[in-house]
Amino acid sequence: MIMRHLVEKLGYETLWFLESTGRMGLFLVRALASIFGKSFKFFPVVRQIHFIGARSVFVILFTGAFTGMVLGLQGYYTLRKFGSEGFLGSAVALSLIRELGPVLTALMVIGRAGSAMCAEVGIMRNSEQIDALECMAVDPYRYLIVPKLLAGIMVLPLLTAIFDVVGIFGGYLVGVGLYGVNEGAFFQGMYASVVWADVEMGLVKSLVFGLLLVWICTCKGFFLHLEQTGGFGAEGVSRTTTDAVVLSSVSVLVWDYLISALMI
Amino acid sequence: MANMTETESQNLPPAVIELLGVKKRFGRQLVLRGVDLTVREGRTLVIVGASGQGKSVIIKHMLGLIRPDRGTVKVFGRDLGKLGRGEMNEVRRDFGVLFQNAALFDSMTVYDNVALPLRERTGQSESAIRANVMEKLAMMQMEKAIDKFPAQLSGGMRKRVGLARAVVLNPKIVFFDEPTTGLDVNKSNEIYRLFYRSQQQLGYTAVIVSHDVPKIFKLADEVALLDEGIIQGCMPPDEFQLSEQPLIKAFVVETMGHLYSSDEEENGFYAQAES
Repeated sequence: MIMRHLVEKLGYETLWFLESTGRMGLFLVRALASIFGKSFKFFPVVRQIHFIGARSVFVILFTGAFTGMVLGLQGYYTLRKFGSEGFLGSAVALSLIRELGPVLTALMVIGRAGSAMCAEVGIMRNSEQIDALECMAVDPYRYLIVPKLLAGIMVLPLLTAIFDVVGIFGGYLVGVGLYGVNEGAFFQGMYASVVWADVEMGLVKSLVFGLLLVWICTCKGFFLHLEQTGGFGAEGVSRTTTDAVVLSSVSVLVWDYLISALMI
Repeated sequence: MANMTETESQNLPPAVIELLGVKKRFGRQLVLRGVDLTVREGRTLVIVGASGQGKSVIIKHMLGLIRPDRGTVKVFGRDLGKLGRGEMNEVRRDFGVLFQNAALFDSMTVYDNVALPLRERTGQSESAIRANVMEKLAMMQMEKAIDKFPAQLSGGMRKRVGLARAVVLNPKIVFFDEPTTGLDVNKSNEIYRLFYRSQQQLGYTAVIVSHDVPKIFKLADEVALLDEGIIQGCMPPDEFQLSEQPLIKAFVVETMGHLYSSDEEENGFYAQAES
């Protein structure tokens, strides 16, 4: 009896996993296809750029500065053991441009804007606003999802660039300002070691993360009513938002590894 | 319907919506077990039944928001199950919907809510849109609330704005999903009056899902009872109230009891609506 129950449960979970994965895939295909549909309007994209991008700048400046400062601090103590303090500039710059910049920017944007996007779309689903759009023959993918998706893809590389620059400056403050690393060595090392391939890797990652976080967060909200644990009510929205944040954060880390492995 | 003579059926307006043997299951629960229902042009069909019977599920099938597991849903003769996204949107251009909680977009003002279908689906200029929106808001006596947000409105006001949005494109069919849920007697009477008046002016076909028995019978041309997943009967309200069909009779006794409305009350209602 227990065995049968376990098999049933396993089968049910497998089917549900396949169904939700397929649904997410189709959601992305429909959203991407809607970009090329008729009557595309740019103003909603600008509004989303403001929401996802401009309103995230402060948090990006703050986390970027402190990440760079920590890198400067830890990097200095590690490099000093080998008498290589002069490499601090390249260590900070490479860590930020290739890895930490895109990943931490994506995680910050997920926390600030991704959760809000999921909750917004989820509440619209709960209160039948998405049904209302469909009944008005307004494509909810084009109207709701596409502006967010485009804004996410456009904004993440820019925020990552801000994060990198501020982070390098943070590392400079700690390394050069606090510990007296030679300023010329700091920048010369960075200039010599950072090549276009590093910037390209950071750019590709931030583009992929931008797409990934908007896709997962909006999709979870859009299909809130089909959640296995029941997505209705305030509790359903909060649970789905948490799921979206966890899933998109984990996905960012998984894809970070995959892209690094492919591009290294 | 089944025992209708050929002459009688020839005199009926054409069917705009037909549900044929519609079955729908959610998880392990079979909600619709084979629904057959016809909505005729210019008429008002009211679907009644106990809570949780699937009345709103029927409306969602008609709107193409849900596809049946079995059976066919035809709107203007087109099988919704065979339509692609673009064709479905073409059919929906003739729909207006008043949802249970009005489903207004909470980040938009009243004006923008009503203007949205015009902006998205027509190429009208902003001045033409404004004239149209103000006309419909005036029809619903909401023209003074154009700058308010849905959160600043009472339940009845939200329903009126929802109704204005539903009719702003002069649709051929308007669906009402529990239009008076959560409203007191006065406000629900107000919604019915506005519905009656707008239907008289715009001439649309109406499909109403409601619990509001017997009041809703005054507005109905036909009443359909959904029970145990099938339509137990669909007939004019007078016939419905006197039907000997056991489930219909049980529903009438349970929901109406001694509350049959008097002619005076009914005449007063229409007189107010027309004034």
